[in-house]
Amino acid sequence: MTVQKVGQLTDRLRAAAVDSARADDLWGAGSVKCRSTGIRTLATHTEHSSTNRRDFLYIATGAVGAVGAAAVVWPLINQLNPDASTLALATIEFDVGAIEEGQSVTITWRGLPVFVRHRTAAEIEEAKAVPLADLKDPETDEQRTKPDHEQWLVMIASCTHLGCVPVGESGDFDGWFCPCHGSHYDTAGRIRRGPAPKNLVVPPYNFVSDTLVQIG
Amino acid sequence: MSEHSTYTPNNAVEKWFDDRLPVVRFAKEHLMDFPTPKNLNYFWTFGAILVMCLGIQIVTGIILAMHYTPNVAMAFDSVEHIRRDVNGGRMIQAFHAVGASMFFVALYIHIFRGMYYGSYKAPREILWILGVLIFLLTMATAFMGYVLPWGQMSGWAAQVITNIFSYIPIVGTPLLELLRGGFTVGNPTLNRFFSLHYLLPFVIAAVVALHIWALHVPGNNNPVGVDVKSSRDTVPFHPYYTMKDLFGMVLFLIPFVWFAFFAPDILGHPDNYVMYNSQVTPSHIVPEWYFLPFYAILRAIDFNFLFINSGLLGVIFFGASILILFFLPWLDTSKVRSGNFRPMFKWFFLIFLVNFIALTYLGAAPAEGIYVILAKICTAYYFIHFLVILPVLSRIETPAPLPTSISESVLGKAHA
Ligand code: HEM
Ligand code: FES
Repeated sequence: MTVQKVGQLTDRLRAAAVDSARADDLWGAGSVKCRSTGIRTLATHTEHSSTNRRDFLYIATGAVGAVGAAAVVWPLINQLNPDASTLALATIEFDVGAIEEGQSVTITWRGLPVFVRHRTAAEIEEAKAVPLADLKDPETDEQRTKPDHEQWLVMIASCTHLGCVPVGESGDFDGWFCPCHGSHYDTAGRIRRGPAPKNLVVPPYNFVSDTLVQIG
Repeated sequence: MSEHSTYTPNNAVEKWFDDRLPVVRFAKEHLMDFPTPKNLNYFWTFGAILVMCLGIQIVTGIILAMHYTPNVAMAFDSVEHIRRDVNGGRMIQAFHAVGASMFFVALYIHIFRGMYYGSYKAPREILWILGVLIFLLTMATAFMGYVLPWGQMSGWAAQVITNIFSYIPIVGTPLLELLRGGFTVGNPTLNRFFSLHYLLPFVIAAVVALHIWALHVPGNNNPVGVDVKSSRDTVPFHPYYTMKDLFGMVLFLIPFVWFAFFAPDILGHPDNYVMYNSQVTPSHIVPEWYFLPFYAILRAIDFNFLFINSGLLGVIFFGASILILFFLPWLDTSKVRSGNFRPMFKWFFLIFLVNFIALTYLGAAPAEGIYVILAKICTAYYFIHFLVILPVLSRIETPAPLPTSISESVLGKAHA
C-alpha cells in the first residue's frame, strides 16, 4: 500500500470515526485498520499523533536493527577471509646456499610462487646501470636486494598486472617476461614495458645467517 | 496487466481452486492467451531458447554436482571420472560445457536483437535493465563454472580475473584475499566457487521471472516497433508462438547437439586438460570465447592516465563496457524504436556489430604489434558508439515514415 493510499484511507477512516479506543491503546493514536485486509498500520503523520516521539522510536529501532543486522552479516562475510590454516604458512625459511650462480628456484610462500635468483655479476651490472628516469616504477637495485647479499633476488613470482607467473631469463630486458599480456621485467625484476604497473614485489624477508633466508 | 481475464473455471473444483490459488488463471492469461504482436520474426524465439538453455544447465549441472568433488586434489580427476566412468557422464558433461557456450550465443543474439529493434526504449527500460543484470549474473556463473574442472586455464582464469579486484583503490588487496580465501587462488577459492556456481543459476531463474513479468506489463516489442493498437495486431501466444518458439528451439538444438556429440572440446582449450599448476602459467592464456570482447578492452588499456595507473584504468574501462548497457535507454533518445525505420542508425548498428566481432577476435590475438593498436581503436569505437553516435543520431536523423499499425505493416501492401 502506498503512503498516499494509507493517507487517504486514514482520512476516510477518521471521518467515519471507526478507530476504536482499544486500538489506540495498543497501537498509539493514529493507527488505522485497513477495511479489506483487516491489517492495522500506523497512520502517516497527522496532527493527532505524537510525531516526535514516534519518529524517534522509528529511528532508534531502525538504528538498533541496522547494527544488529551488520553484526550478524559480518561473520557471514568474514568466513571468506583466509583461514587459520592458510595464515599458519605465513613464515618460511629457505637455504639459498645450494643455488648456483645464474640459477633460479621457485619456492612457495603463503601459496604464492616466489623466485629466488642467484644473479650473475653481469646481471647486477646491467640492473645498476639503468637510470631511474627510465623506470615506470622507479627503484634502485639496492632497494630491491639486501646489503652484502645483492646477488640474491627474492621476489613474488606474480606479474603485477594480473598475476601470471613470468618466465625467467627472457623478455627484452634479460629478466622476466610475462606471457599473459606481454610485460617485460629487467634483471632486478623491475617493470620496463607492457601493461603491468609495478615492479615484481619483493616480499618481507631477511637473512638470518649467511645463506638462510626467512620470508614473511 | 490484462484487466479482463480470459479464464473461466469449467467446473466447481476448478472454481474452488481458482478462488484459493489462481495459478491456472495466471498460466492461461500469461502463457496461453497473452496477446502477442503477430509480426514477430525468429529473433523473437531466443527468449524461449534462453529459458531452455538455463533449464539444460540446471538439470545437467545438478547431475554433475552428484559426481564432482570441489577439492584441488580431486577436482580435475573427478571431472575426468565423470567423462569416463559415470554412466552417460560423457554426454552430460559435454552438454553442460557446450551448453555454456550455446547460452552465450543465444544471449548475444537476444541482446543485439534488442539493440536493433530498440526494445530497450520506453516503456521497456526496466525489462532491459533486468536483462543486463541476467547477462552479468550469467557471466559470473560461467566464469566460476569454468574454474571447477581445475585445469590450467581454469586456475589461471581465476587468478587473472580475481586479480582485477586488486586494482580497486584502498580496499583492493583485502577484497582480493576475501574473494580467494587466501593469498592466492587455492582450495578455499575452488570450494566457494562451486557453492556459488550452484547458487547463481537459481538467482538467474528468479531474475528471469521478473524479466518476463516486466515484459508482460507493456507486452512485446516487434520488428516494426510501433505499439499494438488493437486486437487485430495480435495473436494469442498459444498456439502461435508456443509452436514457433518450439521450432526455434529445435533448430537451435541442431548445432548444440552437433557440438556435444562430435566436438565437445572444440570450444574449450587444450591447456585445460592439464591440471592447474600454480607455479607455471601457460604461454598463451585466453578466456572462453564469450568473454573475449570485454577481455580485449581490458588489455587494450596499457597506458597511465593522469594519476590513474594502467591497471586501474583497464579495470574501469572493462567494467564500464558492460555497465554502459544499463544506460542505453537514456543514451538513444530517438522516439523510433525499430532500426528498420532509422536509415542512419541501421548502418551504425552494423558497424557496431562488426566492431564487437573484431574485439572478440582481438581478445584472442597475442597482445603485440598491430593487434594492440587495433584493440585500442575498437575499444574507443565501442564507447563512441554509445556516448557520441547514439545521442547525436537521435537528434540529426530523419526517420522513415512509420506504418500506422502492425496490421498495416503486415497486410498493408496487399491491400493497397
Ligand atoms: C547459468 C547456468 C550455468 C552456466 C552458464 C554454467 C557454466 C559452466 C561451465 C562453463 C563449466 C565448465 C565446463 C567445462 O569446461 O568442463 C561448468 C562446470 C560445472 N557446472 Fe555449471 N553452469 C551453469 C549451471 C550449473 C548448475 C545449476 C549446476 C549445479 C547445481 C552446475 C554444476 C557444475 C559442475 C559440478 C561443474 C564441474 C564439472 C564440469 O566441469 O563439467 N552448473 N558450468
Ligand atoms: S598478467 Fe602479466 S602481463 Fe598481464
